[in-house]
Amino acid sequence: MNLSSNTKSVKTPIYLDYHSTTPVDPRVLETMMPTFSEVFGNASSRNHPFGWAAEALVEKARAQVADLIGASDKEILFTSGATESNNLAILGVAELYHEKGRHLITSPTEHKAVLDTMAVLERRGYEVTYLNLDSTGLISIDELEKAIRPDTILVSIMAGNNEIGTIQPISEIGRICKQKGVLFHTDAVQAVGKIPVDVQAMGIDLLSLTAHKIYGPKGVGALYVRRKNPRVRLAAQIHGGGHEKGMRSGTLNVSGIVGLGRACEIAKQSLRIESEKLRTLRDRLWQGLQDNLGDIYLNGHPTERLPNNLNVSFAYVEGESLMMGMKELAVSSGSACTSSSLEPSYVLKAIGVGEDLAHTSIRFSVGRFTTEDEIDYAIAKVVSTVTRLRELSPLYEMAKEGIDIKSVQWTAH
Amino acid sequence: MAYTKKVIDHFENPRNIGSLDKSQKSVGTGLVGAPECGDVMKLQIEVDEATGVIKDAKFKTFGCGSAIASSSLATEWVKGKTVTEALTIRNTHIVEELSLPPIKIHCSVLAEDAIKAAVQDYINKKELV
Repeated sequence: MNLSSNTKSVKTPIYLDYHSTTPVDPRVLETMMPTFSEVFGNASSRNHPFGWAAEALVEKARAQVADLIGASDKEILFTSGATESNNLAILGVAELYHEKGRHLITSPTEHKAVLDTMAVLERRGYEVTYLNLDSTGLISIDELEKAIRPDTILVSIMAGNNEIGTIQPISEIGRICKQKGVLFHTDAVQAVGKIPVDVQAMGIDLLSLTAHKIYGPKGVGALYVRRKNPRVRLAAQIHGGGHEKGMRSGTLNVSGIVGLGRACEIAKQSLRIESEKLRTLRDRLWQGLQDNLGDIYLNGHPTERLPNNLNVSFAYVEGESLMMGMKELAVSSGSACTSSSLEPSYVLKAIGVGEDLAHTSIRFSVGRFTTEDEIDYAIAKVVSTVTRLRELSPLYEMAKEGIDIKSVQWTAH
Repeated sequence: MAYTKKVIDHFENPRNIGSLDKSQKSVGTGLVGAPECGDVMKLQIEVDEATGVIKDAKFKTFGCGSAIASSSLATEWVKGKTVTEALTIRNTHIVEELSLPPIKIHCSVLAEDAIKAAVQDYINKKELV
């Protein structure tokens, strides 16, 4: 491949961070516009047409969200986003089912919105089991089955991971949970719109999603709460006017909800074609990097992986310096230096990626508006930057001299 | 995180990249940091044995932009100084020159350590003779 070809017309910076957030699709924005002017009513105003019009839009959106995940519209609660959905699902179940038990099961690569909520419960006297993961980020169904106890009330396992893209065996988890009579919550923020998600077929009892990962606006999300077989009950975490059947008070964010609904509708219509497009672009990027660079390693699962995710460790090159060297690309790194904690990614750590390689990792995520030209530009940029920084790297020099870096006595500081 | 102009300049145009022959008696090599911590610096000095003046310095760094800039600056500063003078360079001078934020101070500490380690290596070699 000629790395310099066909890359001149690309507009930079190039956005390759769709796992972080997505731009609002113009079609979504267009659908939202009337809610800022003529349809401005409070969806709870039952006594005049302004309220009715807003309520009608909210209910249309509720059906659109439900339709994307195979739910019924009565099972959809609107929230401020997935963090709130995850909090509500976990805290709400824990509070209402504590008489049955105080044990929950999750995994160490969950989003912080799940892990930190679990930690709150641990401080309140609940017990949480963190399942082990293999080196690709998958849980073991056997281990899950063994971890479920008579006092287990909830299993919370994400559908697709936001850093490494690994897709968990959701249907199997749902089947085991159903068999054992335990509720199953999944954080499906990264999965919906990219892979098929069906709460019936997959045996999901609670599901969190958010608009801004699927080309909707920020600040709005939803929680699916199963109504039949079994009927899931939740203790509200936000109290007030009794909106959303008393499970989530607060004036409905009509504009956001309308945007979420439209985003879900588009996601459903384009799912098959779009996921294929994402996969093609992602695979082109990975192939291009492999063709031109040695000593690079894929983090996560080779096939059970979100179609838009690529997480790569570039040995001997620290992630933050790599991002600084390719400022034309907007990506993320699992390197410590990009976080305020100075700890490298807990997700990479949980799947056994050594800290030395964790510091060299970059997450690329492609999306609806990514083009082939952008991918080719990105390949050329990554290759030239890695090559330049390796020339600067004492570790690369040592590796070339045949020194085993792991055998060196390092002076940790 | 926004970088200062000086950090970006050193990162994009690093001074004195490379390696000196570490088997030479006149060359002192400092290798500090650890891959697990995300920073490794190799700083080398070549000393004029008659005058004790550092006539050349080279570095290679695995680390963030601030680590690369700190070590690049360190090589610039040690050149032309005697080994004794080089030992007076403090990490705080580097922090000030590059306007490093608090979270990047460890990069400057590492650069100071690298200078000290290179000088120590040079002294150790001389004493063996």
